[in-house]
Amino acid sequence: MNIIYIVTALAVLLSLIVSREKTKKALIIGAKKLWKITGPFVSVIIGVSIVLYLVPNEVLSEILGGEHNVFSTLIASILGSVTVMPGPIVYPLCKILVDQGVAYNVVAVFSTTLMMVGLITFPMEKAYFGTKFAVLRNLVGYFISITISIAFIFIQGWFL
Amino acid sequence: MKKDSEKNIVRRIIFIIFTIFIGVSFFLNFTPGEVIAGNFASYALNMLKIVPFVFILIGLFDVWIDKKTIQKHLGKDGGMKSFFWVFILAAPMAGGLLPALPIGYELHRKGARYTVVLAFLGAVSIGRVPMILFESTFLGWKFSLVRLIVSIPLVLLTAGVIGRHFDKTGYKLPKDEE
Repeated sequence: MNIIYIVTALAVLLSLIVSREKTKKALIIGAKKLWKITGPFVSVIIGVSIVLYLVPNEVLSEILGGEHNVFSTLIASILGSVTVMPGPIVYPLCKILVDQGVAYNVVAVFSTTLMMVGLITFPMEKAYFGTKFAVLRNLVGYFISITISIAFIFIQGWFL
Repeated sequence: MKKDSEKNIVRRIIFIIFTIFIGVSFFLNFTPGEVIAGNFASYALNMLKIVPFVFILIGLFDVWIDKKTIQKHLGKDGGMKSFFWVFILAAPMAGGLLPALPIGYELHRKGARYTVVLAFLGAVSIGRVPMILFESTFLGWKFSLVRLIVSIPLVLLTAGVIGRHFDKTGYKLPKDEE
């Protein structure tokens, strides 16, 4: 987490040493670009805060811990695709799920779709990269997650 | 342009309704509203800790990094070593896909090929060091290892296929036309 502060501080310092003018220009450019996406950004955060409320941890472990692995995998992949969660929340939650008996491949598909597929972030992705790009990237992310889940089915007996 | 301003109005209305909802929830001690407000505050804070710094770096990148440098290393003649750079670039990223979107876009603007932009977004979602640290702490290093071994080739392969298609057909981004 701290690395971005160190990198930014060093970069600004270095830039200042070489040229004050250019550094000033850089900061103005950065601020303008930041201002431009503030609107979409706030919408995404509103969406995330509502989804997090609608899908609390207890409900999650109940749904994902079901008897049917394939069914749980599908549900986990859908939940992972519609929601966005920060890492510090995702992994402790996954640990709880594993402790409650949820299979590794279900946890894997959940955490990977969370990271790779984002329906809530889709409007922002579309604004930057266009519909075709955003749709394809999300679809591919979904299939990569499913493949990872299948890989986990094969190894969870003897490696994990 | 008109479409953009319409979107902004919709966003503003959503934001105002959301704010009123939260305000009323606190006034009436309506629990769901209070929980949503808490979620909003913690996620917003999380992003606030990262996003402004990302944009300072984007500004510096814009001013200092020559388009030719990016084209040479990440452009169409960059070759396989482009992917090495992409993973180096993605590894320290904090905050996930959301802050990575504008960075991917800047890479494209400076002349990186689509294959590279896709590989970068993929690398951010699967191979960030802060994320792997959390993952291996809670789920074990074996879990992280398996996930990485399976996902890295898949990300590279799919980025290669889709990116090449976009590069060949001359896909244009919505903001390119502005």
